[in-house]
Amino acid sequence: MEQYDQRKYFRNLLLHFRPSEVPERTLRLSLTWGLGGIATVLVFLLISTGLLLKFAYEPSPLGAYSSIQYLERQIPFGQLLRNIHRWSGNCLVFLSFLHLLRVFYSGAHFSPRQWNWVIGLGLFAAVVLSNFTGYLLPWDQIAYWAITISTSMLDYLPGLGPGIKQWILGGAEPGPATLLNFYALHTAILPAILIFVLPFHFWRIRKANGLVVPRSPEEEAATKVKMVNTMPHLIVREVTTAVVLIAALLVFSMLVNAPLTEQANPGLSPNPTKAPWYFMGLQELLMHFHPVFSVFVIPLTLTAVMIAVPFIDRDSTASGIWFRSRKGRKMALIAAVVAIAMTVGGVLLNEYLVAADAAGPPNVMNNGLLPFAAILVFCGGFYATLKSVFKANQTETIQALFTLLVISFIALTTIGVWFRGPGMQLMWAG
Amino acid sequence: MEQQTYSRRSFLNKLWLLLSTLALAEIIALIIAFFRPRKSKAAIAGQDTIIEAGRVDSFEPGSVSAFVRGKFYLARLEDGGFLAMSRTCTHLSCTVPWVSGENKFICPCHSSEFDLRGDVLKAPAPRALDLYAVSIENDRVRVDTGKLIKRSGFSADQAVYPKIT
Repeated sequence: MEQYDQRKYFRNLLLHFRPSEVPERTLRLSLTWGLGGIATVLVFLLISTGLLLKFAYEPSPLGAYSSIQYLERQIPFGQLLRNIHRWSGNCLVFLSFLHLLRVFYSGAHFSPRQWNWVIGLGLFAAVVLSNFTGYLLPWDQIAYWAITISTSMLDYLPGLGPGIKQWILGGAEPGPATLLNFYALHTAILPAILIFVLPFHFWRIRKANGLVVPRSPEEEAATKVKMVNTMPHLIVREVTTAVVLIAALLVFSMLVNAPLTEQANPGLSPNPTKAPWYFMGLQELLMHFHPVFSVFVIPLTLTAVMIAVPFIDRDSTASGIWFRSRKGRKMALIAAVVAIAMTVGGVLLNEYLVAADAAGPPNVMNNGLLPFAAILVFCGGFYATLKSVFKANQTETIQALFTLLVISFIALTTIGVWFRGPGMQLMWAG
Repeated sequence: MEQQTYSRRSFLNKLWLLLSTLALAEIIALIIAFFRPRKSKAAIAGQDTIIEAGRVDSFEPGSVSAFVRGKFYLARLEDGGFLAMSRTCTHLSCTVPWVSGENKFICPCHSSEFDLRGDVLKAPAPRALDLYAVSIENDRVRVDTGKLIKRSGFSADQAVYPKIT
C-alpha cells in the first residue's frame, strides 16, 4: 500500500507541468517529431555534462588548452564527457531550428500561440549564443579564429558596432578578458536564461490548451477532440524518445571525438578560417555583399520578418494543417526549388562573372544597395506572381515567401560549410 | 479632506517611483562601467609602445618585413619610403601573411588581397591595411604601435622617407 502511494507522488510530479489529459491526436509523431521534447532532453544533458566539465576547465589563455588536453587524456571518461557535450550542443542548435520550422509549417504559431512563437525565437537565440560562447573555450585555432571573425562582423554595425565588439571582447582582440567573458556567459548567464524561460515556454502551451491539433487539409477543425490520459500515453512516449536519444548520442560520442586543433596562435590564421557552422550562411553573405548589408541590413530584416510572421499573417483557419492546404504544399515546394536555384545561381554568377572583374574595395551602391533592392523586387514579384497564378490566399503566399527565405539561408549555409575550401574558393567536396 | 489624503499618497507613490527609477539607473550605469574594456597591462604600466625596427639600409626597397612582437609589417616602397602596417585584415580581423612570391598580402580567411602599400587589390576588404606612425632618427626606423591610424587608401604623404645626407 505504501509503495502505491510513492508511485502516486512520482506521478504527480511528472504531471506537474501538464494537464492530466491531452488530445489524442497531438500524440502523433507526425505532428511534433518529438523535436521540442528532444531539445529539452538535450538541455538537461548539456547542463549535467557542463557541470562536470566545469570542474576540469580553466578559463585562461594559458590554462584553457592544456586543461582540455588533460581532460581528454588523463581524466577517466573525460573525452567521452566532452564529446557528449559538444555533440549535444550542435544537435540542440540544429534540432531547435527544425522545431521552429515544424511549428511554422504545422500552423502552430497562429493566435493564441503567437507570443510563444516569439518566446521560442528568444530561446533559439539563447541556444545559438550558448553554442557560440562555448565555441571559444577550448582556445584552439578553430575556436580563436572563428570567434575573431564572428565578432569582427560587429565592426560593420553602424554606430554602436565597434563599441559592442570591444565590450564583448574586453579589448581590441580576443584575449584573457574575452575568455573570461565567454566563460561567464556560457556557464552562468545563458544557462540561467534557458532554465527560467523554458518553463515559461511550456506553460504557454498549457495556456493554449495544449499543442495544435493536427488535421488533414479537407477536415474541418473539430469542436470536440478525443482526450486520453497524459499518464501513461504522453509520458511513455516522452521517456522512450529521451532514452533513444541518449543512447544514440552516447554511441555517436564513443565513435567520434570532438575536434581539437593546435593551440590558438594569434599570429597565424588557418586557411580556410570558418565561422561556426550556424554562422556560415552569414559568412557566405559577406563574400557577396558590402558588409553593412551582409552583417546589418539583411540579418536585421530576416529577424524582423521572423518575429513579425504571426502578426502579419493572422488568418488562423489553417492552424494544424501541414503546409496550410494542398495548394500550400505545392507552392512551398516551388518556393524551395526556386530558392535553391536562385541561391546557387547567384553565388556562381557573383563568383565567376562579377567578382572576377571587380578590383578594389566593395562599394555600398554596387555591392549593397543595388543587389539588396534587386532581391526585394524579386521577392515582391515572386509573391505577386505566385498569388495570382495559384489564386492563393494570404497565408499560403506568406508561407511560400517564408520558404523562399529559409531555404535560401539553408542553401547559403550548405555552400559555406561544404563547398568552400582553402582561400574560401568554391570547390566540389568538403 | 479625502481629496487631500489622496494627493499626498499619490505624491509619495510618485516619489517612490522616481527614487526607484533613479536607483535602477545607477545600477545599470554601474554594470556598464563594470564591463568597460579593461586597459591592457602594458598601458597601465606605461610601457613603451615604440619599437626599434632597425637601420634604414637594412630594408631593401620593395620589401616587407614582419615584426612579431609589435604585430606589424614594415614595408619599404620602391622609392625608398617606409610604411608600418597592421597585420590585421580590415575585413574580419584575420592575420594577413605577406606572400613574397606574388608580391602581395593575401588573407587566408576570405581571400582579400593588398599590395605593398596596403591598398586593396581584391575585395571583400573595405579599406587599406591600417597604419602605425613611423619616425626615422639617426638612420634608425622606429614604429609607434600605440595608436592605429585608419585610412581608406594609400596617399603619398603616408610614406616616411629617410633624410638624405
